[in-house]
Amino acid sequence: MIALDTTDRRILRLLAGDATLSASAIGRRLGLSQPAAWRRIRKLHESGAIRGQRLDLDHEKLGFGVTVFLGVKLATKGRVSLEDFERAVTAIPEVQTVEHILGLYDYRLRVVARDIADFERVLRRRIMTLPGLGNVEANVLLTEERRPGPIG
Amino acid sequence: MLDDTDRRLLRQYQHAPHLGPAELAERTGLTPATCARRLDRLRNSGIIRANRAVIDWRALGYEVEVSLRVSLDKTDPRAFDEFIAEARNVPEVIEIQTFLGRVDLRLSVIARDMAHYQQIYRSAILTLPHIADIEALMHVARIKSDEGLPL
Repeated sequence: MIALDTTDRRILRLLAGDATLSASAIGRRLGLSQPAAWRRIRKLHESGAIRGQRLDLDHEKLGFGVTVFLGVKLATKGRVSLEDFERAVTAIPEVQTVEHILGLYDYRLRVVARDIADFERVLRRRIMTLPGLGNVEANVLLTEERRPGPIG
Repeated sequence: MLDDTDRRLLRQYQHAPHLGPAELAERTGLTPATCARRLDRLRNSGIIRANRAVIDWRALGYEVEVSLRVSLDKTDPRAFDEFIAEARNVPEVIEIQTFLGRVDLRLSVIARDMAHYQQIYRSAILTLPHIADIEALMHVARIKSDEGLPL
């Protein structure tokens, strides 16, 4: 486990808001020298505390008005069917995330579509034809808020 | 509004958000100046909202992630607002989503281990207002998580 001090946490929080901030910009905000800020930023990347970057795009402005979460239960189980299902589902471009979960469902999928008609097309042509698919429950996303998490 | 070049640029950028303007220009076959100008325009028009660092909570010692699907008591018109306002005060809640469907809300909660999760669940989650029903799903693995749009 990676131990962070208060300054590391503040840097992490700034980078979670804007990963393109330079070491000197971060240094200025937190009262650190540019080299000191740079060393800490590099440490956050190298230690794996930051696992990558994500482009936060306005889906509506790009014409993707609908996001639906699908809870998927597989009809048949066994190692082979899980692998077949995972391979097929990750190849669908409209499927943004696939999570393997434990509980009511086997997988949770995040699906984007232009509108409800487009979602129906994705559901019928791509989701319902997945190998081993059983029950599907759909919940349409209305609002979403990502919180900073326990780094404050 | 968006032309094919913008879409090509966004496609490259969303799959490699760590790239700088010069590298992006090279991959999309644009001049660095054109690439920088287009990125500025995409940012100014709000299409690119941000480029964010993704925190690996597991690396920071948060081994457990649970999805809590919540149904609210909708007889109270303030149920959503009050529930969400209080859920925001729980630091371990990293995502709040609202839905149209069988569930009203979903909270993503992280914890150091099961004992820690149990403690958060009892002291911070079950005390949230207007809960009618709550159901927990445990995360096992992320199979795909790039969140790219099919542009």
